[in-house]
Amino acid sequence: MARTRFRSDRGLTLRMGGVGFGLGLLYVAFGVFLIQGVGLGALGLVIVLAMAWGQWYFSDTLALRSMAAKEVSAAQAPELHAMIDRLCALADMPKPRVAVSVTDMPNAFATGRSPKHSAVCVTTGILQRLDADELEGVLAHELSHVANRDVTVMTVASSLGLLAGFITRWGMYAGGSMGGRNRNGGAAFLVVFVVSMVVYAISFVLTRSLSRYRELSADRSGAYLTGRPSKLSSALVKISGDMARIPNSDLREGQAISAFFFAAAVNRESVSALFSTHPPLQQRLDQLADVSAELSEPV
Amino acid sequence: MFAHEVLRMKFWDSLLGRTTPPRADLDALFAVPQAGLSLQAQGFVATGQGAVCYRTAEGGAFAGTESQIEQLIATSGSTIEKIDDSYGFRWMSVHQQIADLSGLVTDLHAANTSLADAGFDQALLCSTIGFTSPEGHPLALVYLFKRGTFYPFVPADGSAGSQNRDNALELQVRGIVDEDITVESDLSRWLAIWGAPGL
Repeated sequence: MARTRFRSDRGLTLRMGGVGFGLGLLYVAFGVFLIQGVGLGALGLVIVLAMAWGQWYFSDTLALRSMAAKEVSAAQAPELHAMIDRLCALADMPKPRVAVSVTDMPNAFATGRSPKHSAVCVTTGILQRLDADELEGVLAHELSHVANRDVTVMTVASSLGLLAGFITRWGMYAGGSMGGRNRNGGAAFLVVFVVSMVVYAISFVLTRSLSRYRELSADRSGAYLTGRPSKLSSALVKISGDMARIPNSDLREGQAISAFFFAAAVNRESVSALFSTHPPLQQRLDQLADVSAELSEPV
Repeated sequence: MFAHEVLRMKFWDSLLGRTTPPRADLDALFAVPQAGLSLQAQGFVATGQGAVCYRTAEGGAFAGTESQIEQLIATSGSTIEKIDDSYGFRWMSVHQQIADLSGLVTDLHAANTSLADAGFDQALLCSTIGFTSPEGHPLALVYLFKRGTFYPFVPADGSAGSQNRDNALELQVRGIVDEDITVESDLSRWLAIWGAPGL
């Protein structure tokens, strides 16, 4: 069988595996602690898992609605549809629903619980700023998110962090009422509270780094899919430049689902690299330059 | 490989974000001459034109492979034309002086394998083989590399700008060639290829 030029980045795979392993360990330890140690958390666990499941199951509808995006038919946006048709045929994946959001913020995102139930959304801002080749690079990046099942992975990764955050936020009230009846209850709850806070903090950092790895991985497969990594680079540079210039009021709208955006919608300088959902621009450009070099290697 | 192994690999791949690109199936093209016979029995005529549609990758390696293919096909006596469409895909169109399906398939297969051998099989989108219906409409049998399946594509009469497909004739052709080649069962994958050479 002929070889393929596609190479997955071993380092990236290892780091991603490491983060996944760390998160899994943390969650199991936290789960055991809640159930064994305090006999508490069963209810919270059910509530939070149900919430996470809902978020995952309805992810396409929810994300499209929060961006006020409208699904467009092939007749309404023939070029966008034709572009996605061809990329899907190249990547052998079912065609996602296509939506357009009317906002000047140049961005694109993909969402959905599985490749069969997914949607790709672009903003009118990105359609105006990018040429056809660059837009195709962005779409290939988004389709790679769908193929990599990033919504599922990120939902699972963040679900128990959600529980820890839930306990941290609401546990105080429950703890207060418990402490009134039982002396030990108050102290026990303080332990739960502190542990939850620590778990929340660690899982937050880990999920964010997982998110950055998934972005790099989507850049990579997207670039291999179109065969034109430099077009994706130029799209990244164009959009990142534009993002910085746009006023904050616009940027805040996108914060909640920032994790699945093409370029990070939160651009405040105070947010350190550790908490960022997206890798720094330079790292993405460097990786794309590597892909470009791999593509031009002689046979 | 067993089904559960494939499933396990898919699980790890999506967990680690390293979805491997699908491989192109090149050999199914050799079933086309048989389908051509069935079509001829119903009054369809092969035009002696076929094409490979692929994505050009940036860099010198791809351009080098391309010129190799051109030299290779030129030795078989067919003429080649390269057409870039508006979606950034390139069509390498092969014309024969005398229509000969098995020769045409060999030419197209040579182009496909050269690209795949150079590591660009991911760039292959589809291959087309031109026919003319008994009423004189141009149509193409389209081969999807990644699916390993065929489907007919028939632009409706006199609709160069309106982009309508003659679905009735497409389904009729599907019925004719169904036993000779694997026809794509998912109709939503019957990609429209407007402006493809020979149509």
